[in-house]
Amino acid sequence: MSTAPEAGTWAHFIETFFRPDLIDQYAGAIGKGVIVTCEIAVLVVICGLALGMLLAIVRAYRIRALSLIIVGLVDLLRSLPPLVIILLLYFGLPTVGLTLSGFFVLWLVLTLVLAAFAEEIFWAGILSVRKGQWEAARSTGLGFNQCLIYVVVPQAIRMTVAPLTNRTIAITKNTALGTVIGVGEILNEASTAQSFSGSATPLMMGAIAYILLFIPVVIVGRWIETRFQWRRA
Amino acid sequence: MAAILEARGLWKSFGDFDALKGVDFTLNAGELVFVIGPSGSGKSTMLRCFNRLEEPTDGSVMFEGVDLMNRSVDINLMRRRLGMVFQQFNLYPHLTARDNVTLALRKVLGKSRAEANEIAEAMLDRVGLGDKADSHPGALSGGQQQRVAIARALALEPSVMLFDEPTSALDPELVGSVLQVMQQLREAGMTMVVVSHEMRFARAAADRVIFMADGEILEEGTPDKIFGAPEHARTREFMQEIGQ
Ligand SMILES: Nc1ncnc2c1ncn2[C@@H]1O[C@H](COP(=O)(O)OP(=O)(O)OP(=O)(O)O)[C@@H](O)[C@H]1O
Ligand SMILES: [Mg+2]
Repeated sequence: MSTAPEAGTWAHFIETFFRPDLIDQYAGAIGKGVIVTCEIAVLVVICGLALGMLLAIVRAYRIRALSLIIVGLVDLLRSLPPLVIILLLYFGLPTVGLTLSGFFVLWLVLTLVLAAFAEEIFWAGILSVRKGQWEAARSTGLGFNQCLIYVVVPQAIRMTVAPLTNRTIAITKNTALGTVIGVGEILNEASTAQSFSGSATPLMMGAIAYILLFIPVVIVGRWIETRFQWRRA
Repeated sequence: MAAILEARGLWKSFGDFDALKGVDFTLNAGELVFVIGPSGSGKSTMLRCFNRLEEPTDGSVMFEGVDLMNRSVDINLMRRRLGMVFQQFNLYPHLTARDNVTLALRKVLGKSRAEANEIAEAMLDRVGLGDKADSHPGALSGGQQQRVAIARALALEPSVMLFDEPTSALDPELVGSVLQVMQQLREAGMTMVVVSHEMRFARAAADRVIFMADGEILEEGTPDKIFGAPEHARTREFMQEIGQ
């Protein structure tokens, strides 16, 4: 198993992180992890952004009670570490008779956390649309809802693409937290393989999988940013 | 002459500040009325009360025989008959010039996209911007943006156009293009209320000039009278200040 130090540090490095036989052996498991991570990530991004947008739009109606509830929940979710909420739901709820799968808990918590941050970002975007935009739209006979949907929200989205992309990527990476509640995502598969093999190679495979997964997301995010930049009139 | 827009006892308070103090205003069909007055005298507030962008505290506004203060009136349908042009243009920056014009056509009047596009292109032609339909506001000069804004209002076939300092935000060399469009509108018989400091335009095009101060109409009359022989001391003072 162990290589003599005199075999050279390079060989040692390869032996530690890139053992071909282990790569072969665990490629399937890590591949499964990639699929699970992708599934959760896609669901979280879609549901989180949609929910965040919905909450921000609800706030635009300035119904006091509703706004207070939204702000309260959002602040709560933004101040708690996601891991705490995940553990609380996964291990706490069964004691009141509600058992949820790890996959579901991970999806739910990350969606709520992303929605909370997205709501704040969207809301700031809605507020930053100038009053004249509302007035021009209203003066042509558009109602409040139409004004919000066709004039204000599209501008709010464009103005918030950069912070939203960053926040989305940061929260999606938290899918790795699923490992503590037995969700078979990348990190879980990799660390299981690591403990069986005693080698860091599966962890390196996991790291590379994350890079392959998220680099394109970062690039797409950057592309969206430049795509949506337009000179303010 | 028939009154198309008539405000009676228009009052607007912001907190305990009264921006309008019982304004009576009558606009006849086909008229161009010019509104002048010092900053803060309530010119914009009056215009914005006409289409209820600003909710009057008291008083009445009759437009085309309809009481706009009546709760059962569909204000959105009335607003499109009262075109408004703003100092800051307020074009939608995320939409092309064409879509700036078509939005209300489609969403308020329910026209199909094809029909709305046709109208938009005709309107942009009319303000001399037929070739800019695909441009976003950010790619247009101030004068061009303001003309798109005029086209946006015109497309809804308003019976009255309200202009709130349409050229004040423009570089001097761009003012002419906007005034020219307004002059054309005038010649086509559009009824207009214009708040502006363009006194040359007022002399050339206005039927009537109104002088406002401290939320009241102090004096009104023909351009010759208001510019040549104002009765009120405040009016004379104002004319001197702006160098007339
Ligand atoms: N939303 C508001 N809240 C509080 N005060 C307001 C508001 N809108 C206008 N006012 C006040 O009402 C007064 C009249 O304002 P208005 O904008 O109608 O003046 P104006 O004659 O158009 O002036 P200007 O030539 O500077 O445009 C001003 O003193 C202004 O500060
Ligand atoms: Mg004003």
